[in-house]
Amino acid sequence: MEQASTHTSSQSDVLPQVEDDIPLKVKLKRAERMRKYRAMALIAPLFLFILGVFAIPIAIMMWRAIDNPEVVEYLPQTAIELKNWDGQSEPTPELTAVFARDLVLAYKEKTASTVGKRLNYDVSGMRSLISRTARKFNRTQPVQATMDDFVKADKRWAQLRYWKTLKRASGSLTPFYVLNAFDMKINDEGEIASVPESQAIYSNIFWRTMWIAGVVTAASLLIGFPIAYLLANTSSKVSNLLMFCVLLPFWTSLLVRTSAWVVLLQKNGVVNSSLMGLGIIDEPLTMLFARPGVYIAFIHLLLPFVILPLYSVMKSISPAYMRAAESLGAHPAVAFVRVYLPQTLPGIGAGGILAFILAIGYYITPALIGGPQDQMLSYFIANHANSTLNWGLASALGAVLLVTTMILFTIYNRLTGASGVKMG
Amino acid sequence: MVEVGLDPLVRFKDVQKTYDGEHLVVKKLNLDIQRGEFLTLLGPSGSGKSTCLMMLAGFETPTHGDILLQGQAINNVPPHKRDIGVVFQNYALFPHMSVVENVAFPLTVRKMNKTDAKKQAIRALDMVQLGEFAERRPGQLSGGQQQRVALARALVFEPQLVLMDEPLGALDKKLREQMQIEIKHIHENLGVTMVFVTHDQDEALTMSDRVAVFNDGIIQQIEPPAELYERPANSFVANFIGETNTLCGELGQVNGTECAVTLASGQEIRVQNIINGKTGDRTSVSIRPERVQLSDQKPEDQNVFEATVIETIYHGNHVRVSLDVAGQSDFRAMVRSGNIHADLNPGHKLFVGFSQDDCRALDPITT
Repeated sequence: MEQASTHTSSQSDVLPQVEDDIPLKVKLKRAERMRKYRAMALIAPLFLFILGVFAIPIAIMMWRAIDNPEVVEYLPQTAIELKNWDGQSEPTPELTAVFARDLVLAYKEKTASTVGKRLNYDVSGMRSLISRTARKFNRTQPVQATMDDFVKADKRWAQLRYWKTLKRASGSLTPFYVLNAFDMKINDEGEIASVPESQAIYSNIFWRTMWIAGVVTAASLLIGFPIAYLLANTSSKVSNLLMFCVLLPFWTSLLVRTSAWVVLLQKNGVVNSSLMGLGIIDEPLTMLFARPGVYIAFIHLLLPFVILPLYSVMKSISPAYMRAAESLGAHPAVAFVRVYLPQTLPGIGAGGILAFILAIGYYITPALIGGPQDQMLSYFIANHANSTLNWGLASALGAVLLVTTMILFTIYNRLTGASGVKMG
Repeated sequence: MVEVGLDPLVRFKDVQKTYDGEHLVVKKLNLDIQRGEFLTLLGPSGSGKSTCLMMLAGFETPTHGDILLQGQAINNVPPHKRDIGVVFQNYALFPHMSVVENVAFPLTVRKMNKTDAKKQAIRALDMVQLGEFAERRPGQLSGGQQQRVALARALVFEPQLVLMDEPLGALDKKLREQMQIEIKHIHENLGVTMVFVTHDQDEALTMSDRVAVFNDGIIQQIEPPAELYERPANSFVANFIGETNTLCGELGQVNGTECAVTLASGQEIRVQNIINGKTGDRTSVSIRPERVQLSDQKPEDQNVFEATVIETIYHGNHVRVSLDVAGQSDFRAMVRSGNIHADLNPGHKLFVGFSQDDCRALDPITT
């Protein structure tokens, strides 16, 4: 650059010309390159960490929700032949032949039960039907199995619906789990339809999850707002002590806190015996393994997440605004509603959305404190992932939660725009 | 401008204020504010002037004494019932409302219907030449514009009294001067009583009908600006308002309002006996730098000294000269650029002269 400056003593706007023909932009890029590499190197560890343990697993989970490998992998010829069958008329002889061969093969490799389990998600009874037919064919070894062979092995094959189920499950991708998460399925006519009332559970649980999260968020905001106000407006001595109390729960394990609530809320626990001792109630309240306990424990858990953003916003609101409003003739209550409250909205939004998102995904608290009627989506995700091993459905339910969260966050971002909260 | 004879609009009666129960921030304040006047409370920070304003606005309660508004004690009247407009230091415009909503706020909280309130707010904005910015947010305006909005908001509900707490402090010099004139004109046009707090003495002198100089919780002097500058009552006021030279000495022969003062160097000067002291009292004599004559020839003033030029600084329309006079090296003189009758190069010896009328013997400065 120094060379360049010697060439341009003039005051014109024209960029200085140097002997070499390298454009200035290229030179700038070169000069900045080291800085860019250094910045990238600093980010790299965290980036790789997040990619490895967060982004990729979530992507895999999402994929699981539509992945459908069982029939394609373990009954490969059948899967191809099922594509040629129209799904309405009687199964073709080619289909029955390859299906029998695939079943025998699968029986020998012990994969028939996996296929049976997958088909059983759709129509109950498929598991036993598949394993029974496979066992029989393994014994008889039919060369060109026909419909008759199948009906002989099990009468149920005479019904077209079992063949239709097989065809529905033969793609390598399926909407089955996602539809299931919304209490819907593809019926035998190939249409998307709601499952019978008796089998519909997930939409109910989804709305229950939203309701519980909504109630605890609203309650946390109501309780947290005055505390945040006090924190932001008292002497630093008091506010330091208060802040310590607010942050205290963060230094205790979540499991310990939840277990403590179990002790406190049980029928003969501290809360009930105190209330009875004070003569407020005559017989113990049912709080544990019921909705009230879930609400109480949740609110306790979420309060700091509501208080901190509110505090951060309130701290930045000058007391001069309230004074100005009062000097202009507004009663303190009017000044609060018209001047103070609107300015805390970013904090209410941030705290509320944070609490809500945390609440809809929480697992331990409702699992330990709630009864069967208080379990939220997370419980069913865990159940399908750990107990029933229906990973497809667990992933689909997880995806529902994830998408809900993202939609909420997008709405929040739209509403607050650039005036979002500054943390800390 | 000041209507004499009527009851004062505001009267502070023996008002005291302490925050910690140990130190008085305001010590026994007695002050009358007349209808229609522009009164400035001037003083260094911590002198109690802002506390007085906040007590008047209702945000602080006097520890002792009464504040009367139109003859009624208002100690227990909450701020929103006092009908006093306040302009705050950082304007305190509500950031979530538009400019016109801000200005209409005092009207809408008084239950005026929205259309009328908006009309009146626009009129108030027009008064400060901001009608076209009505729909903007305060954050989109410059400091000076925000200042005007705050002013319009404090005036729109036609309060009998408007208080301003260092409202121009955040503006740059040029804008500040412009706003000073503008506020003064608004005051003249509306006839509203204004109480203005500032620590800037130029501002106080430019705008006010009267200036109350605060120090240490006490009003040191309360006078119209010219009086205050020309006839400071004590050394604090003389030093705080404008610039002054201080010569320390002892009172000599006293002759009514005039007297002689013997300086530390042994020289004697003739001065006005403002402190009303008697022979032998210690005193500080104050002389404004622009009242000092510099000359190569011995002038005919009552008080003449030989002096040595230490430094000369050119200021365009005037020249400031530091001199060694009577053993004091911080003596300053101010000479208009077209009126120089001496060689002002450093080291040059010349005569300084000043008249007896310009020398005021005040309370001694203890150093």
